[in-house]
Amino acid sequence: MSQLDALESQSVYILREAYRSFKQLVMLWSIGKDSTVLLWLARKAFFGHVPIPLLHIDTHYKIPEMIAYRDRFAREWNLTMLVGRNAEALQAGQTFPSGRCNRLQCCAALKSEALKHTLSGEWPRWILNHRTGTYEVQPQPEAFTGVIVGARADEEGSRSKERYFSPRDKHSEWDIAEQPPELWNQFNTDFAPGTHVRIHPLLDWTELNIWEYIERENIPIIDLYFDQGQGTRYRSLGCAPCTGPVVSSARTVAEIIEELKSGKFANIAERSGRQQDAEDGGGLETLRRDGYM
Amino acid sequence: MTTATKTIPFNTYRAEKTALLEKMNIVIIGHVDHGKSTLVGRLLADTDSLPQGKLAEVKARCERNARPFEYAFLLDALKDEQAQGITIDSARCFFRSSRREYILIDAPGHVEFLKNMISGAARAEAAVLVIDAKEGIQENSRRHGYLLGMLGIRQAAVCVNKLDLVNYSRQTFEAIRDEFSAFLRQTGIEPRFFIPISARDGHNIAGRLDKTDWYKGPTVLEALDCFEKEPAAVDKPLRFPVQDIYKFTEQGDDRRIAAGRIETGSVTTGDDVVFLPSGKRARIASIEAFNAPRAESAGAGRSTGVTLDRQLYIQPGEVMCRAGQETAQVATHLRVNLFWLGREPMIFNKRYLLKLGTAKVPVWLRRIHTVLDASELTTEKNRSHIERHDVAECVLETLKPVAFDLSSAIAQTGRFVIIDQYRICGGGIILEGQRESQTLVAEHVAQRERNWRRSRITPALRAARLGQKSTLVVVTGPADQSGENLARHLEETLFNDGRQVYYLGINNSLLGIDSDLSRSGLRDEFLRRLGEVSHLFTDAGLILITTVSDLDPYELKLIKTLNSPGDCLVVRIGAQTDAEIDADLRLPADLPASEGAKDVAKYLAQQHYLPEYYL
Ligand SMILES: Nc1nc2c(ncn2[C@@H]2O[C@H](COP(=O)(O)OP(=O)(O)O)[C@@H](O)[C@H]2O)c(=O)[nH]1
Repeated sequence: MSQLDALESQSVYILREAYRSFKQLVMLWSIGKDSTVLLWLARKAFFGHVPIPLLHIDTHYKIPEMIAYRDRFAREWNLTMLVGRNAEALQAGQTFPSGRCNRLQCCAALKSEALKHTLSGEWPRWILNHRTGTYEVQPQPEAFTGVIVGARADEEGSRSKERYFSPRDKHSEWDIAEQPPELWNQFNTDFAPGTHVRIHPLLDWTELNIWEYIERENIPIIDLYFDQGQGTRYRSLGCAPCTGPVVSSARTVAEIIEELKSGKFANIAERSGRQQDAEDGGGLETLRRDGYM
Repeated sequence: MTTATKTIPFNTYRAEKTALLEKMNIVIIGHVDHGKSTLVGRLLADTDSLPQGKLAEVKARCERNARPFEYAFLLDALKDEQAQGITIDSARCFFRSSRREYILIDAPGHVEFLKNMISGAARAEAAVLVIDAKEGIQENSRRHGYLLGMLGIRQAAVCVNKLDLVNYSRQTFEAIRDEFSAFLRQTGIEPRFFIPISARDGHNIAGRLDKTDWYKGPTVLEALDCFEKEPAAVDKPLRFPVQDIYKFTEQGDDRRIAAGRIETGSVTTGDDVVFLPSGKRARIASIEAFNAPRAESAGAGRSTGVTLDRQLYIQPGEVMCRAGQETAQVATHLRVNLFWLGREPMIFNKRYLLKLGTAKVPVWLRRIHTVLDASELTTEKNRSHIERHDVAECVLETLKPVAFDLSSAIAQTGRFVIIDQYRICGGGIILEGQRESQTLVAEHVAQRERNWRRSRITPALRAARLGQKSTLVVVTGPADQSGENLARHLEETLFNDGRQVYYLGINNSLLGIDSDLSRSGLRDEFLRRLGEVSHLFTDAGLILITTVSDLDPYELKLIKTLNSPGDCLVVRIGAQTDAEIDADLRLPADLPASEGAKDVAKYLAQQHYLPEYYL
């Protein structure tokens, strides 16, 4: 078995464990390459179907192409597509682009808070009606007890401490020192009432693996990752005001792989285009404890 | 920028173009402060595996805070970890040599964090054990060394670190090497390399200094490259633990797919297979996959799915084996070697959950043979419980048989974890399946009967007074209303006939397949209570009627044992779909409840439970 086969097999196994163990299960889809690979792996795990709802946290500042892409594949792959947002903060203009808070506070409000309350069912969720093609408020949203996330260990320090199945307490907090052990292929699929579990099927993948798998499987990835002729492309996707493209003329998956392997990005951190990481040494760690991925 | 996505055809599988590098998980273990993180930091730095600017950034941060720079800081990405200065969880780092790509798992050395060390090590294919040359072999050097064997890690290198502190003394190095090899030999591990290093100075990590010219062996990096990947176990007999059964009928997909991962062996269309513990047999009709070339077979390591040539009710948790090959064993009593990590000790008479393969079943600690202090390798007998960080040889008992292998034969289906209070609290390997001597429940009933105080009113006196012989009547069948309807009619029929009868109407949803209680595995607990309650009723001379949907033979045995010495009659409604139970009376599913009640009453009369019963 090749390395990609081994990674795929492990991720599929984890997805199936999650599906089997959690009745209220959801998968986060940021539209980025990692969670899109994750979605593809779900299709692998369930033989072409995606029996798990997808949740996208819409910060309202996402690059517009991302929304078009999301809705297109939600339709093509027959996904149960949910959207959540921090309507209050958006309405009050408590955002970085409107100048009322800094980048980290903005992330905390539009991502962490929105995610936390959308997962718990306290805030409304919008669900795609496949017949009309529009989003409608989901009646009686229930709290999710299992949340599948496309985090990778090589992305950034704090993520390298995750388990595949990582329990979060009532306040969505991650008590790193108290994590139960995870042995062989046995995971912590049981959870106390009021708590939930984050599930990380991509933990062992590297950025390079992701692209190699995209190439092998021919997974349709959003165009923003490729140079459209301006000599720039996105390496990591986020909100428009805080995510800058990198200078690169990679136009295809193969060229991106080449760039990662030998070219200029071989030794540069992937999230270097994201501004919020630079504001405080442990900022991402703080956000992460709060539930932002 | 355009909004269109790349218009490439989907669902076309391309063969891998680039030959991917091999990947290997290595765990770094040892006593706290012996230099594990420093070694990892060094390996990353010396192989140019750090992100650009990381080294400078950490050095600058140290300078700002007036702290001496440490290579270990490179890993300590977490704030509170830097404050504490010890690795609390297994951190993972990636780097590559010319031979392969490595994932280094830096496991914590503090005993408090043993569970994290084990999580890290359980994923590893090889281990690097670090020992401080000056401090010598410590408690956790031994404990970690011992656990390696249990975790199934066979390849190891031992680094004697901080050689700079002992003047690069060959004598010190060799003394530690000899003592530690002697220790490890008792646990069945033979390290391939002992390497004298100084992690801080980068000596014998990726390169050499001439301080130890007496040492001719490999550097750490070279030693890693000498480790071999364990070949996927295709040559062993097939073990395919069934993870789930999928049928996506709503999506217009009629395939009924048994999904799981092939742990060992291989499976091919047309193979005759047997599912254990149920023993059901079928033939493989197809191997299923999404967006992959059609394949006739699949081998060890693959997460895949199969369809069968016939409709079988298989449960997730069963192990699919190939007929004609050596199949998995089946037992309720397992002799195991277990390490315990729970805050509460593991005790007798407490219900835990066992996860073995894809099965998850209730389990009880039955006997403790010996408890080992893994840091000293001394054993203790006659212990009443297993404490945190103990390693124990003991016997576990499950209610229903489980399929397993001896860990020495097939590691993947020969190891398990134990759950207490929603958390994995222990793990271990199976040494032997034992013939059931006496079950826990039987022992409990024997004890109960010994301690039961009775008056001079005998069962015979009661039977004579009440004009009936007492018994439990269990009605089982599909999870619908039919059982309840029958039970209610039966109670009325007998009551109107002047009998002392009671219908114990436990809501079937409590016991049903779909309820959350049974999802969390509490069905057996309800049956246990039901058995105890039945015993009171039958002992009092009554006829008790109750219903349990889809009772299987082991559950029935549990109820019967708990109800003993009282009698028990089983009425089965409808055709048997799943496991065969020994029913005393079978009724067709379409029989009206009033008719069924008459049939049962007639049967009770024939069996002399209802003397003078007139039809
Ligand atoms: N003199 C000397 N000190 C070392 C060496 N390797 C590590 N240390 C020091 O030992 C201490 C503990 O190291 P660390 O890597 O954090 O240990 P860990 O707990 O095993 O991860 C640190 O202060 C290191 O600087 C070495 O080769 N020589």
